[in-house]
Amino acid sequence: MTLATRLPRPSASTLIAIAVIAAVALMPLFRDPIDGFVSDSTKAMAFVVMALGLNIVVGFAGLLDLGYVAFFAIGAYTMGWLGSGFFDLLNDGTGVHIGAGETASMLPGLHVNFLLVLVAAVLLTAFFGMLIGLPTLRLRGDYIAIVTLAFGEIIRVIAVNGDEIAVSGYELTQGRQGITPIDQPTFPVIGEFDSTFDLRPYYWLALTLVVLVLVVNLRLRDSRLGRAWIAVREDEVAAASMGVPLVKTKLMAYAAGAAFGGIGGAFLGMYDGTVNADQFEYSFSIFILAMVILGGLGSVWGVVIGAVALAFINERLIPDVLNPVVRDWLNSDLTQLSFGIFGFLLVLMMVLRPEGLVPERRRQAELKGEMGTDEPVYEARA
Amino acid sequence: MKRARRRGLGAVRDALSKYGLIVALLALPVAFGVQDIQDGDLSRLGNNLIDGVSNGAIWALVALGYTLVYGIIELINFAHGDVFMIGSFVSFGLWGTLGLTLATGPLGLVVGLLVTLLVAMAACGTLNVMIERVAYRPLRNAPKLTALITAIGFSFILQNVGLLWLGGRQTTIPDLIGSQQVLFSAAGLSVSHGDALALLATVPLVLLLTAFVARTRLGRAMRATAQDPEAARLMGINVDTTISVTFLLGGLMAGAAGLMFALYQTRIWFLDGFNAGLIAFTAAVMGGIGNLRGAVLGGLIIGCVQQISDNRFGGSWTPAVVFSYLVLIMVFRPQGLLGEQTREAG
Repeated sequence: MTLATRLPRPSASTLIAIAVIAAVALMPLFRDPIDGFVSDSTKAMAFVVMALGLNIVVGFAGLLDLGYVAFFAIGAYTMGWLGSGFFDLLNDGTGVHIGAGETASMLPGLHVNFLLVLVAAVLLTAFFGMLIGLPTLRLRGDYIAIVTLAFGEIIRVIAVNGDEIAVSGYELTQGRQGITPIDQPTFPVIGEFDSTFDLRPYYWLALTLVVLVLVVNLRLRDSRLGRAWIAVREDEVAAASMGVPLVKTKLMAYAAGAAFGGIGGAFLGMYDGTVNADQFEYSFSIFILAMVILGGLGSVWGVVIGAVALAFINERLIPDVLNPVVRDWLNSDLTQLSFGIFGFLLVLMMVLRPEGLVPERRRQAELKGEMGTDEPVYEARA
Repeated sequence: MKRARRRGLGAVRDALSKYGLIVALLALPVAFGVQDIQDGDLSRLGNNLIDGVSNGAIWALVALGYTLVYGIIELINFAHGDVFMIGSFVSFGLWGTLGLTLATGPLGLVVGLLVTLLVAMAACGTLNVMIERVAYRPLRNAPKLTALITAIGFSFILQNVGLLWLGGRQTTIPDLIGSQQVLFSAAGLSVSHGDALALLATVPLVLLLTAFVARTRLGRAMRATAQDPEAARLMGINVDTTISVTFLLGGLMAGAAGLMFALYQTRIWFLDGFNAGLIAFTAAVMGGIGNLRGAVLGGLIIGCVQQISDNRFGGSWTPAVVFSYLVLIMVFRPQGLLGEQTREAG
């Protein structure tokens, strides 16, 4: 028997997914190396990573997290701390370099290879995810929303005022001034990325991250843990009495969701070239949440589509297409109003199609009341 | 031996959940009070508390809206803070229409502000009822998350209405009542016009509201619906109307708070609603959500915490302090200081 016959035959959806990913991977070959569309797509893919993370918390486990921006912040600051001249006095001002690229090796400060930064960001955000999750364990659904929102705001305030906190001579963050410039990634064989000449390596790096996160996400969903999440979402009491450990299951959801947020955050921090406290507004949490809702809570492919759609509405449709049309009539810049548009989208989706564009089958059944329960699904008692 | 130890731990946990929040709340004023006594001048803390109470009176009015709505349909009305913001914008707009300026005489000012108060209250009440009608009523039987997300969506819509209205920057508005001018002072403590106005307006409003809920037929219907909507319906109460009335009352309070905020701060901004909403929600939870007296108490406490923090740590840290309290409440005492009065809490 050959290997090929022993492998399970790939299903149609797997084949479609592979084809789509291949097409997406080939796209930049036909565009200019510093094309704006390639850049927007790269950002969109970072948002996909984050939305997939938030989907674990909100979609799978049913814990409404309104402070997801905290993990963007922590991931981005990990990148800032480990890959810039931030710690400029280290090693008598010559700097410490761990697998750093050619440019970074000559600079003072702490410079760590991008892949190691990603690992650090995952560990740190997962830790903070659990920390933030701890106080919410006993709470009802809507209280969880408020507590996570509060944590998000606390992290933002700390980031903004971080220049007032000094830890052994270093400020915690550089507040609104921002940590900049950030090291660009370097890989063996490929060499160092340079955003002035070629944006495509970033694009492919982001795509690699998306594929990685997607695979992890799908495997998690179908794992024992993933089934436990969905069980907790549907009925916490029933899940607990069936032997699902609530505390562990919920904390794992927070940790996993946060870790993806950290990956996305570290990537965006690197790609933007600056980590600035003003990026970490509450509205960003809602931006990512809207992606998850638009696509369909709990639906992995839906969330991917939702994230790409909203990212392009934000980066392309509103500033480039709609804005010139309505600017004179509205006497105001439409890009300022993008969050009003997202808010409107949220209301519209909730009233007309709460299951999202590409609904997850099980959730759709819940919403239509086919699961034989009249109780609200997201009601967990304190 | 082992049992005794467990009992010890259990006792600690009980004590924490009973008194933890109160201790945490007292920590700030006590610590700074001791500091002030060492400096030999307690008036700083005293003035913080006076400003805190008047500020807190405004938060109390907003918190009442959260607590009323949560008590009856168990929804955190995220858009409520933004309704309050619209209230302050309407007030400012109306001053222009009525021609209220710094040159207006005292009589004109009083009449003008009373008209503004009524219009702002009516506008916010109507807005709140309309939001309930359009966004929350169709989702009443949907999962809770759905309504919550709708509320967040509406909050953003209202924020952007504010943004379109007065632009992205803070707008400085005429200081009609001389908000920071000292009305009288004694023993190093001074009460400003703003402080006096906040209390003069809040106290009657809160009394009227509590009387309405406690004494009238509609108020009784509200309490019945909050306890058990199904049973209330069976008793012939029109639940939809009752919920509308609840939103109306919340909106009225928010409108009054909006005018007072504009008079007190003399600066308004489209993001004020978001900040105020979070602060007021913290206040409502602190007092015990669903509990009217609790909302007022929570508002006053949060106002004081804010003033103390503004004065000692600097205003940029205040949100972090307030939200830390929110987290502490959730950890130690999710039912709040006075206990919540909702169906779920039973």
